Amino acid sequence: MPNIEDLKTMYENMVTARRYEERLQQEYLVGKQPQFDISAGPIPGELHLAAGHEASAAGVCVHLRAEDTVTAPHRPHHIAIAKGVDLKRMTAEIFGRATGLCKGKGGHMHLYDPAVNFACSGIIAQGCPPAVGAALAYKKRNTDNVAVAFLGEGAINQGGFFESLNLAALHRLPVVFVIEDNEWAISMPKSRVTDVADGSKRAQGFKMAGTRVDVDDAVAVCEVAGEAIGRARNGNGPTLLEVQVHRRMGHFMGDAEAYRPAVDRERHARLDPIPRLAVELRKQGVTPGDLKEIEARSHRRVDEAIAWAKAQPEPAGEEALQDVFTNPFSARNEEALA
Amino acid sequence: MSASPAAEVQSGRELTLSRAMVEAIAWELRNNPDVFVMGEDIADYGGIFSSTTGLLNEFGRERVMDVPISETGFIGAALGAAMAGMRPIVELMFVDFFGVCMDQIYNNLAKVTYMSGGACKVPVVLMTAVGGAYSDAAQHSQTLYGTFAHLPGMKVVVPSNAYDAKGFMHAAIRDDDPVVYMFHKRLMGLVWMPSPKGVKTPVPEQDYTLPFGEAAVRRGGRDLSIVTLGLHVHRALAAAERLAEVGVEAEVVDLRTLVPLDRRTIVQSVKRTGKLLVVDEDYRSFGLTGEVIATAAEGALGDLKAVRRLAIPDVPIPYARPLETYVNPGVDQIVRAAQALAAE
Repeated sequence: MPNIEDLKTMYENMVTARRYEERLQQEYLVGKQPQFDISAGPIPGELHLAAGHEASAAGVCVHLRAEDTVTAPHRPHHIAIAKGVDLKRMTAEIFGRATGLCKGKGGHMHLYDPAVNFACSGIIAQGCPPAVGAALAYKKRNTDNVAVAFLGEGAINQGGFFESLNLAALHRLPVVFVIEDNEWAISMPKSRVTDVADGSKRAQGFKMAGTRVDVDDAVAVCEVAGEAIGRARNGNGPTLLEVQVHRRMGHFMGDAEAYRPAVDRERHARLDPIPRLAVELRKQGVTPGDLKEIEARSHRRVDEAIAWAKAQPEPAGEEALQDVFTNPFSARNEEALA
Repeated sequence: MSASPAAEVQSGRELTLSRAMVEAIAWELRNNPDVFVMGEDIADYGGIFSSTTGLLNEFGRERVMDVPISETGFIGAALGAAMAGMRPIVELMFVDFFGVCMDQIYNNLAKVTYMSGGACKVPVVLMTAVGGAYSDAAQHSQTLYGTFAHLPGMKVVVPSNAYDAKGFMHAAIRDDDPVVYMFHKRLMGLVWMPSPKGVKTPVPEQDYTLPFGEAAVRRGGRDLSIVTLGLHVHRALAAAERLAEVGVEAEVVDLRTLVPLDRRTIVQSVKRTGKLLVVDEDYRSFGLTGEVIATAAEGALGDLKAVRRLAIPDVPIPYARPLETYVNPGVDQIVRAAQALAAE
């Protein structure tokens, strides 16, 4: 059983992440009603919210330090929050503001915070190879840092995933792959894209440790993740974890989920890891007042981040031309065309 | 150059571009047992951009197949099925995802006919969503027109309206070569991503094909030629209206297919106007704009008095609206560039 401080940290990260997604959901719909237009409002474009995924990120990241690397997929907010990404600047990025983490260039699928070694990618499974690379660097430099790649269960049929497992196992790299199994790859249920229900079994083909957490429970995730990350830190190689999570919202905002049976949506809503962890905390002697205080603090932090982000300036158009290179070349050659 | 769509239309029924595509696919599925469709979220979802809406209901899961997120696997499988005698239609959800499967596309699908000395035919349609202008950022907003047109062995189609979309889809499915069918998300007629006016057109109910390699002059004009494709046909037409108000008559050429490229129409238009503005939603350098300008230079150098191009200025597509608007040529930018060109 994790210690009480870790449990409280996990709870705070989960409550923060849930509040964050619910608040973004509201903000995203501004300017998109009554007729939904994906390009309208203060947050345009695709938005993939992670309500129901919190236990995975909280249970894994509680074992991580700022120097450890995390790569996240297109549904990254809960992971970023648990990893300690600057919430205000991340929010400003999602609102496309000049002071965002990426000056408005990245958007919600492309959040980078080198201060805590966090990155994400909108291309399925493509966070796995860079996590392997971070682990390779840690091994070469004789540190005990680790890398963690988060991915969805839909990503585990992608070539880059298998190649990463093999490389990681071959070199006994300090990396942990965390499959968040929410049972749906947009409209495709797991049962229709693979005959292997337990994704962690794929580890066996690479002589790698693999474990599945069948319940959506932050404590259970924390325990197996602690073991996996300890193994990585001690030089004993990689692990593949699969964690059961739930999808409380559509694949992206605006997804009507016509393909999804109502009973499935209801089941996912019912299996909520947040009250489950609250019950555990109460058992450990945390008072209802303490829980309320954590919740109030988390909500306040989210609300402040959103208010701050909305007050930030938008980037000027010409800013689009900057940052293609770290060492930009002179515009001399372009002047020939003028 | 073809006649205007309206002249060829027998019924007044109008369709969105996505409905026109689906109608052609459904006709071919109904009439040819060798045709089938594979892709992510194409069955129950009907395609993220409605490219396959309703097909599952009529044809079932054997012919309208959802596949795992395994693009190398299923695009390579389309090639294999085609070489075994079938006519697969395979969807790459966003063209940006080509990165995970490009070997099967350009080293295999595109080259088998040539490498086999013509012994093997590859009747595959690779359809894919392209384009931005809705803040989907660097990994979901590219067109990559130039990338696919550059690599030999694939025909490349970019419909700009519903009539073309249906005729090109029939032609693509019946063609014995790989055809990359690039549909612009902003043209599909989705309720959640409005299209410009003019994309929805009358579409005949019967099947018909359109020939590849015939550009269309969407508007005549004596002062300059605007050569473009896809979404930017509509932006160029809107710009041409505004230019006409200030006495500049722009001709608007819709390329419609990139491979084959209708060089004749480009050259003829430049011979008429003497000035060329190329408008593209792909990266500027080493791409479509350069190819069109080279074509004009090779075919009409004596007539060519001035040239400009508008394209994504060699940066990845940024997320924030002011940034994306800055890099993706808009009507205002086209008007300004055309006026400057006309004044040269």
